[in-house]
Amino acid sequence: MHVVVCIKQVPDSAQIRVHPVTNTIMRQGVPTIINPYDLYAVEEALRLRDRHGGTVTVLTMGPPMAEESLRKALTFGADRAVLLTDRFFAGSDTLATSYALASAITAIGERFEPVDIVFTGKQTIDGDTAQVGPGIAKRLGLAQLTYVSRVAALDLAGGTIEVDRRAEGGVQALRTRLPCLVTMLEGTNEIRRGSLPDALRAARAEIAVWSAKDAGIADVTKCGLRGSPTVVKRVFAPTPRAEKATLVDPAGAGAADALIAAMFAARPRLEAELATLVRGY
Amino acid sequence: MAQPDKPAAAAGRANTKKELPERFRQHKHVWVFVEQERGQVHPVSWELMGEGRKLADKLGVQLAGVVIGPPGPAVAEAAREAACWGADLVYTITNEILAEYRNEPYSKALTDLVETHKPEILLLGATTLGRDLAGSVATTLATGLTADCTALDVDADGSLAATRPTFGGSLLCTIYTLNFRPQMATVRPRVMAMPERVERPLGRLVEHPLAMVEEDVVTKVLRFLPDRDQATSNLAYADVVVAGGLGLGSPENFQLVQQLAGVLGGEYGCSRPLVQKGWQPAERQIGQTGKTIRPKLYIAAGISGAIQHRVGVEGADLIVAINTDKNAPIFDFAHIGVVGDAMHLLPMLTEAFRRRLSPHIRDRLAG
Ligand SMILES: Cc1cc2nc3c(=O)[nH]c(=O)nc-3n(C[C@H](O)[C@H](O)[C@H](O)COP(=O)(O)OP(=O)(O)OC[C@H]3O[C@@H](n4cnc5c(N)ncnc54)[C@H](O)[C@@H]3O)c2cc1C
Ligand SMILES: Nc1ncnc2c1ncn2[C@@H]1O[C@H](COP(=O)(O)O)[C@@H](O)[C@H]1O
Repeated sequence: MHVVVCIKQVPDSAQIRVHPVTNTIMRQGVPTIINPYDLYAVEEALRLRDRHGGTVTVLTMGPPMAEESLRKALTFGADRAVLLTDRFFAGSDTLATSYALASAITAIGERFEPVDIVFTGKQTIDGDTAQVGPGIAKRLGLAQLTYVSRVAALDLAGGTIEVDRRAEGGVQALRTRLPCLVTMLEGTNEIRRGSLPDALRAARAEIAVWSAKDAGIADVTKCGLRGSPTVVKRVFAPTPRAEKATLVDPAGAGAADALIAAMFAARPRLEAELATLVRGY
Repeated sequence: MAQPDKPAAAAGRANTKKELPERFRQHKHVWVFVEQERGQVHPVSWELMGEGRKLADKLGVQLAGVVIGPPGPAVAEAAREAACWGADLVYTITNEILAEYRNEPYSKALTDLVETHKPEILLLGATTLGRDLAGSVATTLATGLTADCTALDVDADGSLAATRPTFGGSLLCTIYTLNFRPQMATVRPRVMAMPERVERPLGRLVEHPLAMVEEDVVTKVLRFLPDRDQATSNLAYADVVVAGGLGLGSPENFQLVQQLAGVLGGEYGCSRPLVQKGWQPAERQIGQTGKTIRPKLYIAAGISGAIQHRVGVEGADLIVAINTDKNAPIFDFAHIGVVGDAMHLLPMLTEAFRRRLSPHIRDRLAG
């Protein structure tokens, strides 16, 4: 079995600060991490490999420094890593990203071994679109299983997979044919620490670094800015609210009544609405 | 006022607006995908219809609803409803293989419809269904898709200006789809206000066939297990929400939040760390990576008000914050604040509301 996991190196957005005067992002010194959602995909892929045998290839598209995230994934136990990096990829939106990744996955299948499952995270914390997974699936003509909480069954000989998928108002149990693409839901597993041998292997491992050409991309106009139908026109900080909060004194026995009075004063219809609510409850 | 930042890297291209290629010139009208499953329309569809109406009016074009599903009364009913929420016309695609949502037949249906009737704007809810579908359709059509928008507008030249949070919500960006049609966008439930429903007959119904049979569909639905806790799905639509954060100190203290929510006939939610610690299930999380809420009243206890939390609650009519730290960012966007101990104030508030609302409260257990 051969599983490819797409991971992205992202800035740790919890640590991003916006410059209070210029409204620009202060990226300096912001550490990068593997997109947290992708770790669920990595772990699920490793579990499948542990159970069924085979290899896990991790793939990322990004600047040369994204190699760090691949090496990290190798320490968890991934078998092989491919870094897709080329100036043609700069400025890719989801359509261009999924084109580049789909091309690389095809090349991975040809160069190493046929791919049975492609995993992605549910979404990234910087792009945050949840669209790259479906984009890859469509381009490769793979069955698409999004928001998967559990791989319930995998029959490699029969070429089928069964998963639980988070849907609106419930869980869908789906069966489809391999190869397929799975986007993993968060909280579904916990990334392993990785063993010492894996850490040693990862430190020495050679990471395949591919250009657009290496990934078999002949038409670079489908990549990067040129291949992206969407453009960012402007970036700005959220508008701060003009008025400050009305403060209510917390001291004394009447504090709660004072707070309720302040609420009803601020929204005169609220009392009647609450009355309707508790009646209908 | 928001200050436009230094243009992002792509702005060079954004400013050299090219002519729309000839093949996209016929693309007209605004479409809203009406998400209908098991006889229920997801309310986000009507929220989008409200936005779609505004865009269509600005552009001077028609607003259409798109309903996909199995033959039967549900699709017809959703089409009639769409008119009451603002649609001028409705496209329907019905077929047995559309009984439950599956990517292949649904994306085939929607893609075909777009290619036949050529909308210029296509809006979908950013639900698990909408995002699953939008990504495939946009890829097949090779057009732009802006996910999880928080504001939609049309520019002077008629382009869709789609605004969404970026960099973990710390900034907003406005995105355009140049030179491709339709311009696609998804919006999360509750981000847009629900428009007013007006009883109206359906203007026009256009039925479209689906050129696909069950044998063509690789993926099969084995089962559908409805969520046990239906209330969790109500959190986004609750009129009153009380939420707790790390300031509560322990999982046991969370019942103070539940009790207040109970007395108010509302729902309860939490900040992300409580989910990460396992104190509350993920469905209770409010914020950028949780639920967006738009209640009439939101009470946040022991929540600092980080930007990722803020973006999920800003649509509330009245935000009340209880926090021991007078410098907590939540006081920057709360309407009413109490600088104090939540463990002390929550029970007092529950009791005071119980007294105040007692004439209206039926016999029932709180919490
Ligand atoms: C990509 C990303 C996505 C995220 N998505 C979300 C999201 O969807 N939702 C979300 O909520 N967060 C989200 N976060 C996390 C967010 O950045 C904050 O870390 C989180 O909201 C903080 O939760 P908190 O306010 O409960 O905890 P803290 O920030 O620790 O705040 C606790 C507050 O309680 C107050 N307090 C302490 N004791 C008391 C007391 N006795 N009475 C009253 N107040 C007290 C403190 O003064 C403090 O302000 C996200 C982060 C990232 C990076
Ligand atoms: N540059 C990238 N390299 C590798 N994988 C990516 C990249 N961008 C997105 N992905 C994958 O696609 C998923 C969805 O990303 P997004 O559409 O940006 O939310 C992520 O969780 C990753 O698994």
